[in-house]
Amino acid sequence: MVTDTPADTPPDTALEERLRELAGSVPDPELPMLTLAELGVVRGVRRTGAAAVEVELTPTYTGCPAVESMAEDIERVLRERGGMAEVRVRRVLAPAWTTDDITPEGRRKLAEAGIAPPRTTRPSGPVPVTLSTRRAGPAAPETDLRCPHCGSAETELLSPFSSTACKALRRCTACREPFDHFKELT
Amino acid sequence: MSAAPDPATADPAAADPATAAGALALGDDALVLSHRLAEWTGHAPVLEEEVALANIALDLLGQARTLLSLVGDEDELAFLREERAFRNVQLVEQPNGDFAQTIARQLYFSVYQELLYGQLAAGGEAAPLAPLAAKAVKEVAYHRDHAEQWTLRLGDGTETSHARMRAGLDALWRYTGELFRPVEGLAVDWAGLEAAWLETVGGVLERATLTLPEGPRATGWSAGGGREGVHTEPFGRMLAEMQHLHRSHPGASW
Repeated sequence: MVTDTPADTPPDTALEERLRELAGSVPDPELPMLTLAELGVVRGVRRTGAAAVEVELTPTYTGCPAVESMAEDIERVLRERGGMAEVRVRRVLAPAWTTDDITPEGRRKLAEAGIAPPRTTRPSGPVPVTLSTRRAGPAAPETDLRCPHCGSAETELLSPFSSTACKALRRCTACREPFDHFKELT
Repeated sequence: MSAAPDPATADPAAADPATAAGALALGDDALVLSHRLAEWTGHAPVLEEEVALANIALDLLGQARTLLSLVGDEDELAFLREERAFRNVQLVEQPNGDFAQTIARQLYFSVYQELLYGQLAAGGEAAPLAPLAAKAVKEVAYHRDHAEQWTLRLGDGTETSHARMRAGLDALWRYTGELFRPVEGLAVDWAGLEAAWLETVGGVLERATLTLPEGPRATGWSAGGGREGVHTEPFGRMLAEMQHLHRSHPGASW
């Protein structure tokens, strides 16, 4: 959707930048160690009037129940700290969010909180996603997926579904600790 | 359930009638299967499966909300329609049965949904359902993998698990022909979809030491009619439970 800034509203890129920072600074309700900017879900912040702003938000998973709470938090912060009277949060689906949208800082924070960050696919070109049989013996060690507790690359998948839609449950075969893995969605 | 537009689903683009018909069919598939899977909560064989089935149900619910919002008010559509107004295929409304039968339903449906969404996503972002399809197809890949892994474990497991998987696949076979009847508003190569579905499902079953069931799917005596609002007897009871709270407390919120 294209929303032209009304002619009576002078462009104010500094203000828009400030609003973008505010919206991006909202913590994720389910992964509070991450901001929405680090998660990569704030797609755009655009003033639509002198004290009106529209924010484009994209969900990680279609059914992610945190989206509503994110939208409320964005509205609150842009009203209270951004001085906006009218805040509209619009959900956008295309282009679909991928785990490559999580920033390096976001990955670092996930690992620090005991959640193995998703492996990136973008820098090394397309990576075929293999979802074939896993029952024939242990999988080869995945060197870029490490136990967030002890750092071992010897981990195994317990279930591709875990405490939230975006995580898988794994176990470290070195220290025996289970851990969450922010699973790849590319 | 409130007057303000819900930011989780609010979309400025109202669908044209043909797109709305397609969105309603796919949205009802997702909604009804989501509810069936949620019935496992508290009953799944192990905790990891409880979490997995609830997660799959949640993905489907998100798809349903997006699709139904293209048609009208999502709550009204979900909770205030009568049975004959639902356009889901009969496969998704079938009771859970035992765990193997639920896995059989998941295998049949997730392979179908992945192929269908794949085709819709290929229509490009200008196609009204393409953004949702492009996003959801990635989630459904995980659902299909889940069903596939369990089909392999159960089929190539013990004598009992093999027999139960076989029984689940057989019981639902007659509902699979309906999946490939053309739906208004969806630009899909249905014959190609069916061929790909048979190949994929057949391949999984072969690896699981099983075979495609025999018996009618689309000709002779077979089930179907869900897309025209004709549903099987268990669906009414499912809807009664699903809609009861909303109908008892209209407009309630928390």
